[in-house]
Amino acid sequence: MSDLTDLTVAQIRDGFRAGDFSAREVAEAFNANVAAAKALNAFIVETPEHALAAAGQADKDRAAGTLKPLSGVPIGMKDLFCTQGVQTTAASHMLEGFTPTYESTVSAKLWDAGAGMLGKLNLDQFAMGSSNETSYFGNVISPWRRADANGLGGNAPLAPGGSSGGSSSAIAARLCPAATGTDTGGSIRQPAAFTGISGIKPTYGRCSRWGIIAFASSLDQAGPMARDVRDCAIMLENMAGFDPKDSTSLDMAVPQWEAGLSADMKGKKVGIPKEYRVEGLDADVARVWDAGIAWLKDAGAEIVEVSLPHSKYALPAYYIIAPAEASSNLARYDGVRYGLRELPEGANLQDMYAATRAAGFGAEVKRRIIIGTYVLSAGFYDAYYTQAQKVRTLIARDFAQAFEQCDVILAPTAPSAAFALGDKTADPLAMYLNDVFAVPASLAGLPAMSVPGGLSKDGLPLGLQIIGPAFDEQAVLNAGLAIEERAGFTARAEKWW
Amino acid sequence: MSVDLTTVKKVASLARLAVSEAEAEALVPELNGILDWVEQLGEVDVTGVEPMTAVIPNHLRLREDVVTDGNVRDKVLANAPQAEHGFFAVPKVIE
Repeated sequence: MSDLTDLTVAQIRDGFRAGDFSAREVAEAFNANVAAAKALNAFIVETPEHALAAAGQADKDRAAGTLKPLSGVPIGMKDLFCTQGVQTTAASHMLEGFTPTYESTVSAKLWDAGAGMLGKLNLDQFAMGSSNETSYFGNVISPWRRADANGLGGNAPLAPGGSSGGSSSAIAARLCPAATGTDTGGSIRQPAAFTGISGIKPTYGRCSRWGIIAFASSLDQAGPMARDVRDCAIMLENMAGFDPKDSTSLDMAVPQWEAGLSADMKGKKVGIPKEYRVEGLDADVARVWDAGIAWLKDAGAEIVEVSLPHSKYALPAYYIIAPAEASSNLARYDGVRYGLRELPEGANLQDMYAATRAAGFGAEVKRRIIIGTYVLSAGFYDAYYTQAQKVRTLIARDFAQAFEQCDVILAPTAPSAAFALGDKTADPLAMYLNDVFAVPASLAGLPAMSVPGGLSKDGLPLGLQIIGPAFDEQAVLNAGLAIEERAGFTARAEKWW
Repeated sequence: MSVDLTTVKKVASLARLAVSEAEAEALVPELNGILDWVEQLGEVDVTGVEPMTAVIPNHLRLREDVVTDGNVRDKVLANAPQAEHGFFAVPKVIE
């Protein structure tokens, strides 16, 4: 029998149904890979017993003929989703030891669909970061390494992207066939691009935010990460859906995205945003983007140039809006109701708040809370926050106008391949710029996905991003499939861990 | 606009974050770098543009004004750093 951990979600589901293997065998194979990959630091908590229990139930259900959509499939859960009885930390010291007494809507849906949990995946602290270097529980390491053609830097540990870096690293290393991610300004797409996997952020409101630890509520959106487009469709179907407990949840039926998959792009128009072809664009990134254009043309699509004139303002607007919302959301960590409490000798309540928050939050989280507090403070609110929200309206309008001329937009996911750990930690701005292509779709709430497009000259994966109109995840998935079928991306990280 | 050490300390205090002198000093250039960069938004002509309030057109739902959950005191207190007699406990706030 071939290695079960090389199978995709669809192959596991179908092979299990056909009786080729048991769910227990699948769970045991992935549990073993997880246990043997400590060097990647992808998991904060491993839950092999949860995966085995779900597998046992799946095996019983198969015998009884009561299979569920994800019976037999074990997955990884980003440690931003509250899981009942299993520590949930958002990779922070603040929530170390926090054990929810409730289950997030998205994770509950996945368990109800028969999936099992391999563990809670590491991430940037409170999902703030683009390299998974802000976790209190240590950096996640990408399984990828640079091709060492010239003997320089081939072994430097690389960033798996962020904030869903545990998810991307674990999937690329075959520790799980799929995982949940969350995307506030690129946190699903950029890590997927860095590790040669796929990931989709659906339309804002598709997946309930209930039980997901909040970062920036007008931007936060959950989505799946997996090795291919079909698996993303399968996962998303089992994560999405109306939830009365989230006031921004979309009250719409969940489409059958998997059944709707089609790589035929005849009659479709693909927009190429001219503003994304910035001066000094990385040559590898430009080459893969051009290849993507050729593949979609080959699939029958017509290519049109579109303009998103306010693109250059997306990132600065994001770095006002996201910290502003974060500073409000993270006000809840006060050392009273849950999480850490620091109570210096003789401290009063106010001292306790300040000491708790100083001890519980990492440097990047503090930086964003302070920026957010500043831009919301009296006298600056209009100059910063209101102005940024107006620019956000213009960015959303740019997309709406572009989608009058095209069905989907094709762009790079990130401006470069994965960088080495430590490369950008000294300069917050350099780190923020890594999300330049990902943030506009987040600000506009649009569905967007990354699929592997090819390799850089150093042998590292590069992603192609497809952005669609609101509610049209199908168009995004289909264009992703058309690229996937033509890119023939089979490269994988050579095992060193 | 730029921030100085006094402003950083004031904002940190508003955010209930204890910062050391050294941390506050390090934050001044970092914050100024970020603020200088976001300043470019001022270039954008936003005449007649409404600030975004909902990213996807959606109406705010209202539910029936009835109790839908509750009676889970022990669950609510389960993760409290200090709970006593069925309440959250905090340092004395009234002398």
